[in-house]
Amino acid sequence: MSAYTISIVSIIGINVILAVSLNMISGFCGQISLGHGAFFGAGAYAAALAMFATANVPLAVVAGVIAGSLLGIIVGFASLRVRSDFLAVTTIGINFLFVGFVRKQSWLGGEMGISGIPPTGLGAAGNMVMILLMACATVALSLYVSRSWMGFAFRAVGEDEQAATTLGIGAGAYKLAAFGIGTALAGLAGALYTFFTQFITVDAFDFIFSVMLMAMVVIGGIGSTWGVVTAAVGLTLLPEAIRFVNDYRLLVFGGMLVLVIRLAPGGLAGLTRNLFDRVRQA
Amino acid sequence: MSAVLQLDDVAIRFGGVQAVGGVSCAVEAGDFVGLIGPNGAGKTTLIRIIAGLLRPDRGKVILGGIDVTGDPTSARVRCGLALTHQIVRPFREMTVLDNVVLAAGIGYTSEPLRALLHVSRRRESERAAAILASVGLAGTERKLAGALPLGQLKRLELARALAVSPKVVLLDEPLAGLNHTEASKQVETISEVHQRGITVVLVEHNLEEVMRICRRLIVLNNGIVIGDGEPREVMADPVVHDAYVGGGMVTHAEA
Repeated sequence: MSAYTISIVSIIGINVILAVSLNMISGFCGQISLGHGAFFGAGAYAAALAMFATANVPLAVVAGVIAGSLLGIIVGFASLRVRSDFLAVTTIGINFLFVGFVRKQSWLGGEMGISGIPPTGLGAAGNMVMILLMACATVALSLYVSRSWMGFAFRAVGEDEQAATTLGIGAGAYKLAAFGIGTALAGLAGALYTFFTQFITVDAFDFIFSVMLMAMVVIGGIGSTWGVVTAAVGLTLLPEAIRFVNDYRLLVFGGMLVLVIRLAPGGLAGLTRNLFDRVRQA
Repeated sequence: MSAVLQLDDVAIRFGGVQAVGGVSCAVEAGDFVGLIGPNGAGKTTLIRIIAGLLRPDRGKVILGGIDVTGDPTSARVRCGLALTHQIVRPFREMTVLDNVVLAAGIGYTSEPLRALLHVSRRRESERAAAILASVGLAGTERKLAGALPLGQLKRLELARALAVSPKVVLLDEPLAGLNHTEASKQVETISEVHQRGITVVLVEHNLEEVMRICRRLIVLNNGIVIGDGEPREVMADPVVHDAYVGGGMVTHAEA
């Protein structure tokens, strides 16, 4: 495998974890978050600091997961207070706050970022395998949660919080759980990203990146794990395969987002379902 | 204490309006209480306070001997309270069956961690199907709830309320918007619910039906209880009669 292939596959794995974890918050539980990059970034920085301090890979992963979910639960508390459309705005704010804060912190490398992060010792291919294993585990967890009573309750909270409450479902606890799980996985992705690049700057975790993740979720089909995985893989490969898409990335993704919302709100998953239904009827 | 539901001097004010002004009453286990009153009497406000959707300015709500005044709705539901909404709120994107299965799974969903660790829905599906049949919704299980007509949605609300295995159900206008046939079928179902030993508190405008099925009437006017007792006696009370026929309106207009 060439170094190029290894790096593409690694990035795909990381994006799959990020999109699937965002889908747990926004798709399963209906809490629109446009600041997923901040949790990803918190995990990456925490893992970087842990690598410098201990050079212990499992410990750095744990640090990333904890940093992501800690920030996530704080934002989750905000979700208890504000209506869903304001939550989207709040999470945008969190993302800008994160980037603005890190830029000014010399202990986090400021504008220059953190470079020379100790390697994992697994090599590029080893890192890739670790990333792919984690991505598979994330997808498996997402599929399991969706089938469990928790996923069932998430859907109820996402559709009508008050109606869910009158069935004994504590909406607040579920929203916190969704944020806690989703952002812990974003933190995990952050740690893996740190191992992969060994050099992080805050620009990798900005609002534009968060919107890209949301585009993957929406284009894949909000709420569908497989749809989101497909979109995450496809939208990561597209700019690599087509030069034009790479040059006009925001334009292309923005356009696709508008088209999907306008023409196929169910995304890829919805389109596939319709196709199956039609085939069965024919 | 044999009261399943007790209100102790409950009051709430919205701006300049004293919507509920010190209501005390106790509902005994197995009772069938009709809560009536003219428009704006504070019935729905009182129901919302009992359900925990509104926090009263003063007073206590006691469920099965436990003070739940500070508890959220979901905690009260776990204490044995169920309610139906005046305006139906099904999960429209779920099937009819799933709407009830979700309610029947309260043993899992009351705790996120327990919900995460359990997958099987077989037992709850069977129970939900039985409940749907008991309210006359057999055959609609696989439809999306959003596709049901209002008459059936009102039944679905009732089915969901029953699925949480309540001791008390609060029914907020379960007959509103139903035609005559649908209404009498719904009344029959509610009577069956009561016969199963569930305490019923019914808010309803349809006086004829209320008089027919309730064992006790509580009449609210301007946020206070003006009548409480056996339905026929309560309705014979001139104060209640005035409030209903409009005597109160006349004095109001003269003032």
